[in-house]
Amino acid sequence: MSRVVELARLMQGNEAAAEGALAAGVRFFAGYPITPSTEVAEIMAERLPRLGGKFIQMEDEIASMAAIIGASLTGVKSLTATSGPGFSLMQENIGFAAMAEVPCVIVNVQRSGPSTGMPTAPAQGDVMQARWGTHGDHPVIALCPSSVREAYDLAIRSVNLAEKYRMPVILLMDEVIGHLRERVVLPLPDEIEIINRREPQEAPADYYAYRADETGVPPMANFGTGYRYHVTGLAHDEKGNPTNDPARAEGLLLRLHDKLNLNLDDILIEDSRSLDDAEVVVLAYGATARPARQAVKEARQQNIKAGLYRPLTLWPFPTASVDRLARQARTIIVPEMNLGQYRIEVERVVRGRANVVGVNRVNGELIAPGEILQAILEVV
Amino acid sequence: MMEELERYLRMDRFPHMWCPGCGNGIVLGCMLRAIKKLDLDQDRTVIVGGIGCSSRAVGYLDFNTLHTTHGRALAYATGIKLARPELNVIVVSGDGDSTAIGGNHFIHAARRNIDLTLVLFNNSIYGMTGGQYSPLTPVGKKATTAPYGTIEPGFDASELARAAGATFVGRGTTYHTELLANLIVEGIQNKGFSLVEAITACPTAFGRRNKMKGGTEMLLWQKENAVHINRAGRLSPEELDGKIVIGELHRREAPEYTELYDKLILNVQQETQSASIKTMKVE
Repeated sequence: MSRVVELARLMQGNEAAAEGALAAGVRFFAGYPITPSTEVAEIMAERLPRLGGKFIQMEDEIASMAAIIGASLTGVKSLTATSGPGFSLMQENIGFAAMAEVPCVIVNVQRSGPSTGMPTAPAQGDVMQARWGTHGDHPVIALCPSSVREAYDLAIRSVNLAEKYRMPVILLMDEVIGHLRERVVLPLPDEIEIINRREPQEAPADYYAYRADETGVPPMANFGTGYRYHVTGLAHDEKGNPTNDPARAEGLLLRLHDKLNLNLDDILIEDSRSLDDAEVVVLAYGATARPARQAVKEARQQNIKAGLYRPLTLWPFPTASVDRLARQARTIIVPEMNLGQYRIEVERVVRGRANVVGVNRVNGELIAPGEILQAILEVV
Repeated sequence: MMEELERYLRMDRFPHMWCPGCGNGIVLGCMLRAIKKLDLDQDRTVIVGGIGCSSRAVGYLDFNTLHTTHGRALAYATGIKLARPELNVIVVSGDGDSTAIGGNHFIHAARRNIDLTLVLFNNSIYGMTGGQYSPLTPVGKKATTAPYGTIEPGFDASELARAAGATFVGRGTTYHTELLANLIVEGIQNKGFSLVEAITACPTAFGRRNKMKGGTEMLLWQKENAVHINRAGRLSPEELDGKIVIGELHRREAPEYTELYDKLILNVQQETQSASIKTMKVE
């Protein structure tokens, strides 16, 4: 039996996200039940104690987010999982993690909203919430998978990026991918790259908890290791102590953004199909990228020069890539299970150089390949 | 004594931000005396605060200190303690922070009986925002948001903690400092969730509006109105009306949460091991 057949298994997207996080070294989970993400918590509750890790069901999503930040400060890679309403509740503490630079990963399996909406129906309505959900100018990384295997890989990547850049990372799934079951072949443990936070080399007396080198990311001392310092959501100096000094406050905020701006090559990942000569580009992410791929394939069969561009990193926005598309394509079609949240960003970068068209659904149903194909046919 | 406590303070962070007459420094002093008495390892002790005047205490302390979001200190502390049960975790929070916005975390931390000690600075008011009424403001007292006196009945935080499952509950005041320090010692030593409620004065935001002009006057009020638990039992409900019962209010034995979780890990790992041995034998 070949290795591939031997290792192939049927897996659900939520399960893949949980297993990916475990493979990346997550050993702490705090969460609160919510459809359609609950499987992640259930799997963590069963698996973590077997691995010597900890699971706790908190009293709400606010507490869940708080608990994973606390756990991460002690050096344990930490995860939570939720959906729209819970994601809203987590926002204040997500901002804290961004400000205090605490690595952590939030899986958000998007469902139809606003409010309670249709809890079992898919949507991509949290794209902007993932970017701007918490108050203030903050950096954010959000990754978006389109398949079960990708949920696994991006869960690992989310944990790695959180550790490397000391910030919250959002794995932005949707109900379709969360509940999708596919045949997957997972990588072997030695094939997985695992990144751990950088720890200080200097003596505790010489340690500045928030002094960064050229990477923009300060080494992180875990609580209980002899490095005594202050962690706060207030604007703070390099020691971590609160400050109202305008220059220091601004310097901190700019550095938080520089962590991403200086490392876009590492953070931005994307995928494309038949893009080279494409005159019509479908830009799609998450579950919507699946019918988009099918639509592009069918368009090609009709000799239409169509291509697919798929950002796996939704935030930070892949400005350079979309700029290239704007110069190359006549039309960019953006199918989304929302009213055009990502399309606005695409239009912002395209600046009228190409025609930007949305294909949108907010009725709790996945967009069909035929709808996207129809949009392609209308513009050629 | 002060010099002995300086090792626990970030001396470069002074002067502190509290108003003249504020009792928060007295509570902090009691806390440090308790830490000193127990000789807690400074490198293995985490102090977590919420938002508000009292929670700012953590910034002055030379430990791993965490100043969190409003009301959430216990939830952050739960993550720390569960991830690393070997660390001592003390939580500093105010009455608004822990019984209004953080009320849910308060009852659930107590219910779990997780080994945290909450030192609740009860000054009956939201001081930092300028004097709004909290769930611990006594009914009838004035606040900026209760200019005619609050019509809401207040909580009894200690009773709430007891009912929710705390295994140690004590109440002291900033007048009875030795008692307060001892209660914090007992709270830290208790293997489980402990509440130490510290009645403290806020002359600026509470006293001025409620016919108590200064810190001294408010300290004397504490002296005159506090009744030790040992004496309270002999008094009628009428005699206890408006009084503060102080001392060790409650103690009970119950399994601690992180110890239970460690046992759970041991059990499931042993089960997994014996299951895999069985599988090997079958093969």
